[in-house]
Amino acid sequence: MSLVAIRDLTVGFDGQAALRGISLDVAPGEALGLVGESGCGKSVTWLAALGLLPAKAMVTGSVRLAGEELLGAAPATLERVRGGRVAMIFQDPSSSLNPVLRVGAQITEALALHQGLHGAAARAEARRLLDQVGIPDAARRLDAYPHEFSGGQSQRVMIAMALAGRPDLLVADEPTTALDVTIQAQILELLAALRRETEMALVLISHDLGVVAETCDRVAVMYAGRIVEEAPVEALFERPAHPYSWGLLGALPELEGPRRRLAAIPGGVPEPWAMPPGCAFAPRCPRRDAGCDFAPPAPRSVGPAHRAACLHPARAEACLA
Amino acid sequence: MSALLEARGLVRRYRMRRGLFGAPVALRAVDGVSLALAPGRTLGLVGESGCGKSTTGRLVLGLEAPDDGAVLVEGRPMPPPASAEWRRLRARMQMVFQDPLGALDRRLTIGAQVAEPLVIHGLDPARMPALLAGVGLRPDQAARYPHELSGGQRQRAVIARALATDPSLLVCDEPISALDVSIQAQVMNLLQDVQERLGLAMLFISHDLRAVRQVSHRVAVMYLGRIVEEGEPDAVFATPAHPYTRALVSAIPRRGRAGARIVLKGDPPNPAARPTGCAFHPRCAHAVARCSAEAPVLAPRAMDGRIVACHLAEAPLAEAA
Amino acid sequence: MLRFFTIRLLRAAVTLTMVVTFAFLVLIASGDPADIIMGSDAPPEAIEAFRQAWGLDRPIWVQYLSYFSAILSGDLGRSMRDGRDAIVLVAERIPATLALTLPALALKLALGIPAGIYAALHRNSMADRAVMVLAVAGFTIPSFVLGLLLVLVFAVQLGWLPSGGQESWRHAILPVITLGIGGAAVLARFTRSAMLEVLGQPYIRTASAKGVAWRAVVSHHALPNAAIPTVTIIGFMVGSLLAGAVVVESVFSWPGVGRLLVTAVANRDLAVVQCILLLVAATMITANLVVDLLYGLLDPRLRSGKEG
Repeated sequence: MSLVAIRDLTVGFDGQAALRGISLDVAPGEALGLVGESGCGKSVTWLAALGLLPAKAMVTGSVRLAGEELLGAAPATLERVRGGRVAMIFQDPSSSLNPVLRVGAQITEALALHQGLHGAAARAEARRLLDQVGIPDAARRLDAYPHEFSGGQSQRVMIAMALAGRPDLLVADEPTTALDVTIQAQILELLAALRRETEMALVLISHDLGVVAETCDRVAVMYAGRIVEEAPVEALFERPAHPYSWGLLGALPELEGPRRRLAAIPGGVPEPWAMPPGCAFAPRCPRRDAGCDFAPPAPRSVGPAHRAACLHPARAEACLA
Repeated sequence: MSALLEARGLVRRYRMRRGLFGAPVALRAVDGVSLALAPGRTLGLVGESGCGKSTTGRLVLGLEAPDDGAVLVEGRPMPPPASAEWRRLRARMQMVFQDPLGALDRRLTIGAQVAEPLVIHGLDPARMPALLAGVGLRPDQAARYPHELSGGQRQRAVIARALATDPSLLVCDEPISALDVSIQAQVMNLLQDVQERLGLAMLFISHDLRAVRQVSHRVAVMYLGRIVEEGEPDAVFATPAHPYTRALVSAIPRRGRAGARIVLKGDPPNPAARPTGCAFHPRCAHAVARCSAEAPVLAPRAMDGRIVACHLAEAPLAEAA
Repeated sequence: MLRFFTIRLLRAAVTLTMVVTFAFLVLIASGDPADIIMGSDAPPEAIEAFRQAWGLDRPIWVQYLSYFSAILSGDLGRSMRDGRDAIVLVAERIPATLALTLPALALKLALGIPAGIYAALHRNSMADRAVMVLAVAGFTIPSFVLGLLLVLVFAVQLGWLPSGGQESWRHAILPVITLGIGGAAVLARFTRSAMLEVLGQPYIRTASAKGVAWRAVVSHHALPNAAIPTVTIIGFMVGSLLAGAVVVESVFSWPGVGRLLVTAVANRDLAVVQCILLLVAATMITANLVVDLLYGLLDPRLRSGKEG
């Protein structure tokens, strides 16, 4: 059974759709990558699932955690889930920590909420968590303030705080985007190590295909509020089916081999108030025909565990590395 | 060598204060950087935050005066900032920044902003539409305001404005970092087209190794205010000579990378507390006693002429990247 | 730390010198104290004698220097009007002023901060809009207008409260309200915007995402951060405890420092004016220093010189 089952999730802000019907499953222990460009709804999906969007957001559909409905659930239910069964970390670690509270206090707050730990026991556990995420001199660093940590260390602290509730799922929203590449490497290695140790599932939200490729088992590609392709990681990178997916791969410069002109996707993402009636990618798509403008295509199977929402998916041609 | 622009031993110090009661600390943002830009070629300047690459860009343009060293333009010293001669020279050397919205005036139309440098420098304002067309903007977009365009279109407008005075040098400081992947490819292609058409030289400053490799003819890797390695991009990224470059290349996320990379310990170093000797030695897996005592000189190594600042450069480093 | 205090002390000294000099020049340039205090129909010999007694016949710069050196030796001079020590005259009035400004400060805090927090938490609601309209009204209406309005309604029309004087606590009610409303309005607006700024910060989302209940997010995560900018404005209010009531004291005939200042200026009673200005400047400077130290207490980023 799925750990999380999202069905027909839509989100609107001020009458404009940000999410236009997402269905997605996360299996226990799996690492799922959510890829797409800014505004495609990849973060909104999870903020909506956990009830973290501002009150003006209109959310419909269903999000079930191990069978329990989260949308519209009582505050007490959501507070138990957040940071407990589902933890979340964010893009900008330095501003995601409360600047006036000691790091230890911020971790023990989560321990008190989800493990019932207080006082010396909480402090000992917080120290262990900091140790686990690779903060040197953990005991002393508990009393430090967030500004005394670098960006990479702050993200480690965020991860320690997320681990405090022993979550079944960690949602990492662009966890390395604000970090330098060598520090990004450290954090990715840490996430991989934690997954080996704890068997928790991971949803990695990223605009960076490379980050998702090396970390995840399965990938969902989002475009303009919908999932356009879902596949095991090898299948997506070797046999991308949706033209947007191969556009994304083609737009990425190589690090080795001959340099080629980048296959840039023409145009830009449609604005929410000017969404095409059919496939949202059609205006930029080389394979577009009249049928594409009729209605948004439904996802269909293009291979084992591989689905694409496209009337003309590419098949088998290994287009890019 | 017939360099368009040459920088010799640039040094830039800043004073900064820490906290309410702190005394100012001097730091060397740029610590002896020499580089040469050939006409019609691109030099990529790559490194992590705080390595001094952006400061180098400003020094090269004369936007800041170096504390030591000199910038030569076509063999003649850079005139003092804000002098009439400097302004004349500046028309031939333009800058493109990371944030196009910040670089544009929100109250003026795109057309007016692109025409502005034409007017200022006594050129023909009627060239404006051609400049817009040259960067792939439609004629009707001349009447738009910056907030009415997408991020990629804004960056095109910034590039059109930079090209208005027929510059022979373009300094691009993280020109694609704020853009989505598919738009990044468009802008990189545009910069390459423009260079081919107009034969201008470029200094391409970026933390993104893939982008730097894509657009550059030469690449220089910076660490803590100094260039540690310089050479042809393919060679530098395929067989990096400096241990820092190796770590940087290895840190780039890609499929199958997890667990097989050089992960640097610790955080990017603080320019205000520069380690002795080779600044990289505290994070270097190969460091020997000499590295902490003596700063290596940037020089061509015997085996292949690669320019590298490492005491161990002559002996090939054993271990797979 | 030492460096910080040295700089602050030097700056305070410069400020105080400027205050003294400015007051001296303005008062000397704007009229002869002898004429005003003795009356214009006094015999010329009497005026001349007064001048000699107070040293007013000396060149201005000599007067200034002797005045300045007296201040440095701790002598704030005597009132030209009744010859008593200026500092004593002023000190006598301080309790009356504090009797207005302290309750007014309490009113500002008690009204302004909760209103600002409530408005921020219920942004764009009717309550928020009402608070903001009242706040704008509260700080755009000048205090003498508000004071006169209150007198008209509660003293003249309804006859509930006295319109002036200092006989009982009931006399203090209208002036305290007049003083408090404007400050509460400023504080409400300030608290609201500080709170809104903080509520939009990523760490607030982090707190929610780890399962902290909304009430605790507000009290434990948002308020301590919103307090940092709000302290500045409260510090300013504390700094004006002595001098913030000049207008209101005049409107309500309240015998405090403010009214003393008005009389002393009218009489060109230099020593008294200087004494009040010095006192006011010193309280302002002290309040500012306390604010800066409070910053350090509230915001760990300013406390340490380290950076990660």
